[in-house]
Amino acid sequence: MNPVGLDIRNVALSFGDTPVLRDIELSVVPGEFFALLGPSGSGKSTLLRLIAGFNRHQRGEVLIGGRDVTGIPPWERNVGMVFQNYALWPHMTVAQNVAFGLEERRLAGADIRNKVAAVLELVGLADYATRRPGQLSGGQQQRVAIARTLAIEPQVLLLDEPLSNLDARLRVQTRKELVRLQRRLGITTIFVTHDQEEALTTCHRVAVMDQGVIQQVGAPMELFDHPVNRFVAQFVGTANLFSGTVRGEGGALRFASPQLGDIVLPAGLAAREGTGDLTFRPHAVRIGADDAPGLRLEGRVESAEFLGEFLRYELRVGESVIVADVPHARGRAPLELGSSVPLSVPTSEIRWVGSEP
Amino acid sequence: MSRGNSAIAVVALAIAAFLVVFLIVPIGTVIHTAFADGQGGYTFAHFVAFNEISLMRESFANSLFVAGMTVALASLIAVPLAYLTMRFEFRGALLIQTLGVLPLVMPAFVGAAAMQLLFGRSGSVNLLLNDTFGITLPLMSGLNGVVFVETLHYFPFILLNLSAALANIDSSMEEAAQNLGAHGWRLFRKVVFPLALPGYLAGASLVFIKVFDDLGTPLVLNVTNMLAPQAYLRVTSIGLEDPIGYVVCVILVLFSVAAMAGAWWFVRRRDYALVSRGGTRAPVRRLTAWQAALAYGWIGGVLLLVLSPHLGLLLMSLFKVWSFSVLPEHFTFDHYFTVFDDSARMIWNTFLYCGLAALVDVALGTAIAYIVLRTTLPGRQLLDHFVTVALAMPGLVLGIGYLRTFRGVELPGGEALTASWVIFVLAYAIRRLPYALRSCMAALTQVHPALEEAAQNLGAGRWRTVRRVVIPLMTGGILAGFVTSFITAAAEISETMLLTSRESLAPMSYGIYLYFQSIAGRGPGAALGVIAVVLVALGTYLSHRLVAANAQHRQGARE
Repeated sequence: MNPVGLDIRNVALSFGDTPVLRDIELSVVPGEFFALLGPSGSGKSTLLRLIAGFNRHQRGEVLIGGRDVTGIPPWERNVGMVFQNYALWPHMTVAQNVAFGLEERRLAGADIRNKVAAVLELVGLADYATRRPGQLSGGQQQRVAIARTLAIEPQVLLLDEPLSNLDARLRVQTRKELVRLQRRLGITTIFVTHDQEEALTTCHRVAVMDQGVIQQVGAPMELFDHPVNRFVAQFVGTANLFSGTVRGEGGALRFASPQLGDIVLPAGLAAREGTGDLTFRPHAVRIGADDAPGLRLEGRVESAEFLGEFLRYELRVGESVIVADVPHARGRAPLELGSSVPLSVPTSEIRWVGSEP
Repeated sequence: MSRGNSAIAVVALAIAAFLVVFLIVPIGTVIHTAFADGQGGYTFAHFVAFNEISLMRESFANSLFVAGMTVALASLIAVPLAYLTMRFEFRGALLIQTLGVLPLVMPAFVGAAAMQLLFGRSGSVNLLLNDTFGITLPLMSGLNGVVFVETLHYFPFILLNLSAALANIDSSMEEAAQNLGAHGWRLFRKVVFPLALPGYLAGASLVFIKVFDDLGTPLVLNVTNMLAPQAYLRVTSIGLEDPIGYVVCVILVLFSVAAMAGAWWFVRRRDYALVSRGGTRAPVRRLTAWQAALAYGWIGGVLLLVLSPHLGLLLMSLFKVWSFSVLPEHFTFDHYFTVFDDSARMIWNTFLYCGLAALVDVALGTAIAYIVLRTTLPGRQLLDHFVTVALAMPGLVLGIGYLRTFRGVELPGGEALTASWVIFVLAYAIRRLPYALRSCMAALTQVHPALEEAAQNLGAGRWRTVRRVVIPLMTGGILAGFVTSFITAAAEISETMLLTSRESLAPMSYGIYLYFQSIAGRGPGAALGVIAVVLVALGTYLSHRLVAANAQHRQGARE
């Protein structure tokens, strides 16, 4: 089956008087692995369930492969969903679970058996066909859930936090398998998660959601390097963020904020006059004297956490605390608490996020 | 610590001894008698004799038929009701769920008399049918009547168990099926019902057992060719020596145990633990207009049918004449005055027997729960198993067992145990102990052991910890257990009929039965029935209030 695209146009949904989704515009290209990333309550699961047909939107339209599916019940959509808790039926064996959707499509018995065998082979569970879900490990259950969904050859694959019920080690491994499977099948896939690492490592593109609104859509690196607002900067990775005002003065730009006071911004920084946020990543902060063009500050070491690969310092600068990650080298001693150190952030690592007018 | 343990062992042994004497030995006696050849050996001769009596074969077949039919018809009522009320937006769901309590508080036979007047050969419905269409329906004749009465009485057991099971199914289980293409009837048949099967089977097996063992309903409807009435008649007319009665008892026990074990085994075989994992309830769906019309119409009809015995009872108690007429005539309170004059003693007896029995139950229940859940006493599970035996024992069997085992046993003062009121308390306490124990176990499970450890850490010994921490925290569960034991004991009839050796000992349930023996007694019988239902309803309401107040109090303490 050729992969199809998914378009969501101007969709709004509310439960009673509570708006849950607002002005959702989304275009997923055929074969794309697309993530909906956001904190709990951001509306990402609601959007996923809307695509599956379990929620009804009050405005806008949802197009799958160019066809408006509004009003089509879940059982006629051919959109496969893998549930967070897998929702495997305990009264059926693995094979019966996987065969279910095919039986509902009234396929012939032999076809069903072949397809079940093939799809179980695909997820590496060919030997488990006669087991019951309760006899499988969490990771195996998850693969049965995926097999059950893939068996019906859905136009779009929906994954609702599929990794959240696995333990940490298994999660990384399963994540890689999921990516391999998706690339191999080329099926348009939408992946809901609250874990930025999962979204960034697996998906072609990510939509960051908050409060029922899509904040930004972009490739993982784009989101990380060019967040469009304060929320995205904070939610994707860790960020040092300072709200304030930029104004021009004698050819240079100055930034005034309650936390940092009034400072001169380095030349060449892409910032406009107005209010907004100045942001840079902890790993961009350099400690010690540095000649490269950039922001220069003086900080006092307040705390140091050793995280293995790097040390995370909290440095007091004026009224605020800047987080700095410094790569650890063998034998290097941490900075002394209370000592004052010069800090710098290269111009290229600083981003100015202007408030919307 | 070891001093505490040996004291607990003494308590456990005392409880075990009580259960052995008043539960295991009487049942053992019944089974023994069914196989004893009279010369100290064992024989199947009594079973062969049983099989040679055509009335017995017929009774056996009839009992199976009635129990099986009742389960089928009760399922027909209960399954759609449960599904509709649990999965669709539905007004009146509360009323339907409340119906579930009725069979617990009233013996089935009480409604039977009212149903005769409504659905019998010359009852209201058939009079109307005959006038309009010239036909009558044999709804209440013979076995039909038993099936009809039992169905309306016991279907709530399936309704309640199935509803609880449906409420526990995670919504994703059904959504996954919809996502893969199932809906409507196929969704129900392939996913929803199989997932709720444990609840359905629990309810259905309970209905089967209750109907199979029921004595009051067939007797009130004058049906004697069933097993339980035969056992009763053999023992009361031929005497305690007649082995055929014991053979019937063994058959009743076998079927009870088999029905319970079968349901348990079937559910055990499959792993249902996954079902309620996520904890989101299935969303209630909205009915379309014509679906709603159909559903409300159907449910309205069922409700009318289900409430008809109760309405009929109320009418019977308030009117002088009701025969060969659609509605009763001549409003009166006389029946109630009659009852208060004649039967105050019966009301008092019910309170005495059931109150004491319920007290014994919560005392034993609390002790057993504590021993099973909180101590490491070897063999402590045995107590729990004994009590489960009581759940599967038909009242009739236990009653016959008591009469046989304790004949000749005298109380201090010279009164025979089987002819005194004490026997009622013992019999009720044993049969209702499983209900109280379940309540106490649930309550104790909710008390975190750390609360007890904290008390012990602060210097309280084991007994003081139990008295000052455990029991106060269990109060709600203990109260609920008391009320359940009390009201279900008040509705007991099989044991009661066997153990009532003279009228002055009779409790209300037997009093109603006695009244119903004569046409003239119907009115007062119905009045006594109404009083029983009202008293029980009041008791239940009060206990709910108490439990709620207690829960609120604890909630406040936690914040």
